[in-house]
Amino acid sequence: MQSRLKSLPPARVAGNFSNEASQNTRLWRGSIAMVESPHAAHQAQMPVVTDLYNIDMMLSDEERMVRDTVRKFVRERISPIIGEHFEAGTFPRQLIPELAALGLLGMHLDGYGCAGLSAVCYGLACQELEAGDSGIRSFISVQGSLAMFPIFAFGSEEQKQLWLPRMARGEAIGCFGLTEPDTGSDAAHMRTSARRDGSSYILNGSKMWITNGGIADLAVVWAQAEDGIRGFIVERGTPGFSTSDIHRKLSLRASITSELHFDDCRIPATQMLPGVRGMRGPLSCLDEARYGIAWGSTGAARACYEVALEYAKSRIQFERPIAGFQLVQQKLVGMATELVKAQLLSLQLGRLKDSGHIHPVQISLAKRNNVREALHTAREARSILGANGITLEYPISRHMNNLESVFTYEGTDDIHTLIVGQAITGESAFS
Amino acid sequence: MKMFVCIKQVPDPNTAISKLDPATKRLVRSGVSLVLDPGDESTISAAIKLRDKVGNSELVALSMGPASAQEATRRALAMGVDRAILITDPALAGSDAFSTAQVLAAALKKEGADLIFCSTESTDGYTGMVPGGIAEFLGIPQLTFAREITIEGQKAIIKRVIPKGYQTIESTLPAVITIASGSYEAIYPTMKGIMGAKKKTLTQMSLADLGIAATQVGEAGAHERVLSIGKAEARAAGQIIKDDGNAAQQIAEFLQRYQLL
Repeated sequence: MQSRLKSLPPARVAGNFSNEASQNTRLWRGSIAMVESPHAAHQAQMPVVTDLYNIDMMLSDEERMVRDTVRKFVRERISPIIGEHFEAGTFPRQLIPELAALGLLGMHLDGYGCAGLSAVCYGLACQELEAGDSGIRSFISVQGSLAMFPIFAFGSEEQKQLWLPRMARGEAIGCFGLTEPDTGSDAAHMRTSARRDGSSYILNGSKMWITNGGIADLAVVWAQAEDGIRGFIVERGTPGFSTSDIHRKLSLRASITSELHFDDCRIPATQMLPGVRGMRGPLSCLDEARYGIAWGSTGAARACYEVALEYAKSRIQFERPIAGFQLVQQKLVGMATELVKAQLLSLQLGRLKDSGHIHPVQISLAKRNNVREALHTAREARSILGANGITLEYPISRHMNNLESVFTYEGTDDIHTLIVGQAITGESAFS
Repeated sequence: MKMFVCIKQVPDPNTAISKLDPATKRLVRSGVSLVLDPGDESTISAAIKLRDKVGNSELVALSMGPASAQEATRRALAMGVDRAILITDPALAGSDAFSTAQVLAAALKKEGADLIFCSTESTDGYTGMVPGGIAEFLGIPQLTFAREITIEGQKAIIKRVIPKGYQTIESTLPAVITIASGSYEAIYPTMKGIMGAKKKTLTQMSLADLGIAATQVGEAGAHERVLSIGKAEARAAGQIIKDDGNAAQQIAEFLQRYQLL
């Protein structure tokens, strides 16, 4: 077989089958039915390299419009400046009014000034935002899924009216306080406490790794109350509440990460979210955000793959483009394959969510797979770009470093493994 | 006031590599991603701005193309246009600028328009003849290369881009106004706008609706024929000015030659 393979013209090996069944192509008849099939003349056109399974065809006009609009915005407004912000370690705050005007803040919520997008549209927007930068997508996820969603889902009507329209307009920025210095994956054992005192609650404790913390006008904080874990809206400026930003990060540098401190912080009892008690509250928010991450990470992966592919086609070594080398092709094909798989997983996840039949284990599986593969894609892309891959001239290392955080936040890769493991075996590995 | 903006779906200039069919000598439009002409996005933005400024006005997007051009009209609706009309008919395939202008003018006449906005030219064909054709068929003035538009009663006043600066000209209404490229920044459709677009009216019109015979348009009625296609000449190398003490003067002379000073 080896020697016959060599005698084939390269185009045939590459899959350019035609009706002219030569002696050589006949050898392939058993394995490739298309060669002599009467349908060969109707062979579909080669799909675009970033959409090898024509997922575009499976989207509605509206879904494509959301995707293309956010993609254009990212290309025109985010990509040109994001490298500088990443290097300086600053969040591009000036973009907030534009993100709000587009309707991206709380985009998947209905009413209260929100756009009311479907789950698939929300996912596509996250995908495009993260093709720009995980830090920007994180900002959107936190505002919409972690700060606005709990108010929308568990807040009183007064709380919704007070906060949601302002948050949709970008006039009030929110953050989400769950993780603590000593409790990450084991959030149920949080130490932050909320003690009832007349018509107030008194909060004590601290929260760690809080995206948007330093610029937030309000924090949705989860704390142990006498009757279980409760969510509270804490406004900036409340005595006893302070934030401090975390510096010296090597990942998500274009995003603000902070600590929240509560020192006998007294808030009116009306700022408690009345609609939920227990870990169901924060976990349902995390499901919303993790859903967006499953989609978002495919955007980062696509950006890395696109850059690596273009680079490989134009970089000449040994007098030919490196895209012609088998080892490089193997990397590119691996990236393309994982990208397609992740995109299909995301789309089906979105269809499940829109139909109201989504299960958290499906979100865990998709978040775990897609972020893991995006990270691998970023690393492979970096190797194709050689030394160029480590600079900010290309987006690769920025995405790669960002994805290290995405791999860990909103449920670590390990925890999602155990969630899926528990779901399929019926055995909990947590306790 | 009844305002119209004429729009076109074109191969995406950001992704598509333009290919010319050697047989028909026309641009290949199949197998490429088609989008609302980015130039038209600016024109729509200018029209929306003016509609909102004038008040009590309706803005309608008008397009001619295959049924798939609906997607471009939807984008216009998502951007904020009030309703859209798509003229689509199998007989329109292969229409030249003359036929296109004739068909668009017929629809505009039927609808009754006070103000018609067009881009100066499309991003794919670049003939730039359709706006003038529309004005001619309707027998109304055409104001070209507008970078600023004011409406005062039944008068349109524009600042018109010319090589040395701009002219201010005015005209009666109705009129056709073409927008100078780069004068208006394209707005993005909002998420709410996208969600609301499907609730807006998109009307399809056929040639029969406009009372135009199939023989007058399309390949059959084309007055224009592409004779040959060829590669563009490579750009000549730029001039490098070395500073021997008089570089400033040389730069000033260069700019003056192109009437930029």
